[in-house]
Formats: sequence, structure tokens, C-alpha cells
Amino acid sequence: MASKTKKTLADAVKQLEKVQDQFETLQILNEEGEIINEAAMPEMSDEQLQELMKRMVYTRILDQRSISLNRQGRLGFYAPTAGQEASQLASQFALEKEDFILPGYRDVPQIIWHGLPLYQAFLFSRGHFKGNQIPEGVNVISPQIIIGAQYIQAAGVALGMKKRGKKSVAITYTGDGGASQGDFYEGINFAGAFKAPAIFIVQNNRFAISTPVEKQSAAKTIAQKAVAAGIPGVQVDGMDPLAVYAAVKDARERAVNGEGPTLIETLTYRYGPHTMAGDDPTRYRTSDLDNEWEKKDPLVRFRKFLEKKGIWSEEVENDVIEKAKDDIKEAIKKADETPKQKVTDLMEIMYEEMPNHLQEQYEIYKEKESK
Amino acid sequence: MAQMTMIQAITDALRTELRNDPNVLVFGEDVGVNGGVFRATEGLQKEFGEERVFDTPLAESGIGGLAIGLALQGYRPAMEIQFFGFVYEVMDAISGQMARMRYRSGGTYTSPITIRSPFGGGVHTPEMHADSLEGLMAQQPGVKVVIPSTPYDAKGLLISSIRDNDPVIFLEHMKLYRSFRQEVPEEEYSIPLGKAEVKRQGSDLTIITYGAMVHESLKAAEELEKEGHSVEVIDLRTIMPLDIETIVASVEKTGRAIVVQEAQRQAGIAAQVIAEINERAILSLEAPVLRVAAPDTVFPFSQAESVWLPNFKDVIETAKKVLKF
Repeated sequence: MASKTKKTLADAVKQLEKVQDQFETLQILNEEGEIINEAAMPEMSDEQLQELMKRMVYTRILDQRSISLNRQGRLGFYAPTAGQEASQLASQFALEKEDFILPGYRDVPQIIWHGLPLYQAFLFSRGHFKGNQIPEGVNVISPQIIIGAQYIQAAGVALGMKKRGKKSVAITYTGDGGASQGDFYEGINFAGAFKAPAIFIVQNNRFAISTPVEKQSAAKTIAQKAVAAGIPGVQVDGMDPLAVYAAVKDARERAVNGEGPTLIETLTYRYGPHTMAGDDPTRYRTSDLDNEWEKKDPLVRFRKFLEKKGIWSEEVENDVIEKAKDDIKEAIKKADETPKQKVTDLMEIMYEEMPNHLQEQYEIYKEKESK
Repeated sequence: MAQMTMIQAITDALRTELRNDPNVLVFGEDVGVNGGVFRATEGLQKEFGEERVFDTPLAESGIGGLAIGLALQGYRPAMEIQFFGFVYEVMDAISGQMARMRYRSGGTYTSPITIRSPFGGGVHTPEMHADSLEGLMAQQPGVKVVIPSTPYDAKGLLISSIRDNDPVIFLEHMKLYRSFRQEVPEEEYSIPLGKAEVKRQGSDLTIITYGAMVHESLKAAEELEKEGHSVEVIDLRTIMPLDIETIVASVEKTGRAIVVQEAQRQAGIAAQVIAEINERAILSLEAPVLRVAAPDTVFPFSQAESVWLPNFKDVIETAKKVLKF
């Protein structure tokens, strides 16, 4: 009996190694901007490639300006995005307008590029309900603060699309820390059991505030967590826009063809702090690690790739930068001009029909506000 | 009209709404082919198909998330939590998410979700089945909490709950599922949410109550009547929002009141009712408003239910204290 047990455990260890081997990192573009995996190269026109680069540059500027506006007290809650442009924007670039995005708190860029006006994104940051009033036809919900909640909701949105017979997907994002939540597992498992058209992205930037990914789980990859749900899992180089785009495009196609959800882990990095609320990354990250990841910058490699193709230049990039700065200035102005919130506004958006107790409080505040 | 138990009235309400509105979806653990652990969804999958009435994996949080996501696609989910003691697993989806959906999106999105769930003591269930946790829900802005005590109310209130465009927690007392039958119209009808009902008229004392305690209170009122006390019994039916108007009108008439709940004294909704009476009708009070509630311990081991759960005797005792104050 004893020897049989021993053998079983030895088999289990082997099995673990075998599982991990199945989650090799998908990379198409190396750090020098060279195609190293021609076979996986997604079909993209020159215009599409340029547009993706424009969005990445724009978003890098948006991050720089947001940090600065936050420091001036002109923005509130802000979670820096620099470093994650490939992961965030190439994934969104693979979507169609009818796809529904359930973002986490760091995923503001995706919903902006899906149609949320910039000034509303700034109102979200400041804490104003008008920031979350998503325009008609823009299929996104405001950034989710409860880590994991967006995953179970995505399973529901995807099932809804399947029931409606739509050819669209629900896509949601969390971080490496978020993959430890119960809702992370329930979300992917529900979508799997219902064969729902969902794309679950884990942006593994190696740190959940100060906690390194190694302290989240003994699993060697997060992509392999898909196995627990019985769905495909893919690990991609999250600093490589082409690999991210290709993986999401594939997952989307599988999903709209009725083959169910996919889990995609993007290996990425945030150059800035966790949020602007006093987090200091020098407490838990070495400058060596920062330098190592700065070499992987998605903008650097994509710029090299496009320049070699002759479809990108400094002038084009500068135009994008100027455009971004102008847009941001205008958006902040528009946000400034938004009327201040009143308590009666907040009461009006609680229920379709105000219950008596709220009606009573409404009258009291109406009176206060009229003075 | 037909003689129905409360569970039959609930099934009837679900059937009515599944017929009326193609967006209504019924789902949860074992609600499909099995017809629910209490037969509340009996026959519904057969009649409406697996697309409308379906089982889910065993994960309450996931069920809550599923409901929110389906609502974002225009559905009207009527989800079930097998026993309300399991609500802790889905507290975020309810209180942290669906209750806030309309507000956090500035009215862009809503959660027209009904959460059906059984609770309540007196039937010797295992741990975490019978706990009265309505107090937790009633403290969350954005939801409504409905607790019927009769088959007639159950049907009308459930139809209203499903049609409501904001989330409603619909709590079904297990002891009342099959304890008696009542005439229930076969056609559709609705009872407005947030409206209490005077179940018995009286002039000396008001008993404000809900759930299984409605019947204990009615029994107590009958006993008190024999001793010459005229007791009014108000069934709140909706505990969030409260029907302040009905409560205050009754207290102004009788001058004395008690609030009766099955939940522990530190839980439930009784303290809120008393505070409202104190703020609005203190000049009518001949005596303080007292509470009948369970002891502030964890819900009892099943064999201890009979000595722990409040019953009509406790109601009589407290009523007399107030009458003789």
C-alpha cells in the first residue's frame, strides 16, 4: 500500500510539471521590434497598426498627464497605467463595438477607447455620478472597485448575449492579485459551465500593491487556472501588442462561434505606483526590476517595428502627443464645468420610484438646497 | 379562486410572470428539473424550457453575478438562494453591487432582480438554514425587502417584486410554506410594495410584526381579546421601506404598541420601527414601545428551537406589560 501511495504522489508531481509546460508564453514581437513568431502574426493592415500605436502613445500621455493632474489636486482616484498599454489597448483593439467591457479600476483606457468620453473618465476619477453615465450604445460599465466582482458579472453578461443570440462577447479584466479571489474562480467556472462568450483577462503586472505574485499562489502561471474551469488558458507577453491582439482575437472568434470562454494572462508591468493615494513602489520593488521591465516597454518595441515598416515617424508621434494634450486640456475643462452634485441628485438615482422615506428626506434637502 | 398553500401561491406567481414577460428568468441551485428543494419551481422548467428556468453551479456569489450580468443584457432575473443563511456568500453581489447599480451608473443601468430565498425557524433545519437576516438587507440603500405571511400576499407581492425595476429581496418563511391554505385568485393581481396591512382591527394596542410572527401575534390577539383587550395587528409585508403611515395611524389610535420579530433582539427591524414611532408619535404613547425578539445568541441548535424562538406566549406577556404600564 505504502509504495503505491508513494508512486501516486510521484505521478502527481510529474503531472504538475506537465501542466505548467502547457502554458508557454506567446510572443510575436521581441524587445527589438522583430517578429519572432511569424505563424502567430495577426492579420492587421498598416492603418490598423498605426492606429494601435497612436492609441498606445496617446494613453501613455494620458497617464503622464493624469498623474500630474492628480498631484495638482485636479483629479482624484487614479491607478497608473504606463507599461500596460499593449495589454490594455491591443486587447480592446481586438473587440467590436457590440462587445461589452467590464473593467477593473485600472482599466479606464479600455472604456475610453470603447467610447466613454474623456471628461467623463475624469469625472469618474474625481467622484461624480455623471462620470458613470455611460452614453447610449457604448457597451461598458464603470470601473469595478471590488476585485473579482467584474468576473462573475461578465459570466452573466456573456450568458445574456448567448441567450439573445448576439455575435458578441463580454470581456473583463483583473490583476494578478485578483486571481486569488473566489469570484475570479466562480466567474470563469460559470462561463465555462454555460459555455458563454466571455474573455477573461488577467493583467499580471507582478504586484498587487506590495505583494508579489509569488505570494498569491504556488501556481507557476495564472493562465493554468483556466484548467480548474475546464476552459482554455493562454499566457501572452503583455508587453507585446501583437501577441495580446492575436490572443484576444482568437478568443473572441472562439466565443462568438459558441465554443465558450477563454482565460488570457498578460505578463506586464506598471511603471508607476499602485494608485496615486500614497503608494510608494520603492518600498517593495527594486530599481533593477524596474529597469528590466522598462527595456520591455511596449511602445519602444512597437515603435521600432513600425519604423522598420516605414509607417511611423517622430512627426506622427508628436502629432499624437499634441492631440492628446489638447484633448486632455479640453476634457478637464469640461469636467470643471460640470455642475456640482446635490444630495437630491443622489436621491433621484437610487430607485425608479422614490420610496416614502427617501421622498421625505428629498423634501428636507430640497429646502436646504434652495437657501 | 383556489385553495393554495404559500408555496403553491409562489409557484403560481412565478408561472404568471414567466408567461407575462419573456425576459423573466428563474435560476438557482436545483430549481430546474428538480423543481426546487421546496418544490417552489415545480413544473416551471417543463412548461417554459431550460432557456427560462435553469440550474446553476453551486456558488451563491456566482449566481448573484450572473443575475447582475443578465440584467445588463435586459433580462429580469428571479434568482434563488437555497437558504438565506447562505447569503453571506453573495453579500457583495447584493449589497455591494446590484443595490448600487442604478446609483453608481447615474441611472444608466438597473438591476430589476428578485432574490427569492427561504428562511425561518420552527422546522428543525440544520445550521445556517433558518437564520433571520432580513435586518442586514434592510440596512442597504437600494434594495427593497419583502416578507409575506400568507399565500394571498405571497402571490401578489412576488408579482410586484418581479415587476419592480429595482432589486427586491423576497424572503419566504419555511414554516409558512405549507402550514395552511388560503383562497388565492387564479388570475394575476399585485400588492404594492411598501404597504403594510392591518390583519386585525383593534383599539387598545398595536402589534407590528411580519413573517411567521404575524400568526403568533394573531393568536396572541385572540387570547388577549378573551381578557377584554382589543388588539390591532399590523403585518408589515415589506420591511424596507416601512409603511410609516399605517404604523403611525394605528399607534395614534391605540396609544400603545409592541413590535414582534423572530430575529434576535439586536437584529431584525424592530429597533427601526420603534425609532420611527418615537420620532413621529411620542405624544400619542401611553407606554414605551416594547419588543418581542429572540435572545441575542446564534440561532439555536435545532432541539432548542422551541425554548428559543419567540411565540404567542411571549407576545401576550409583552403586550400585557405595555397594557399595564
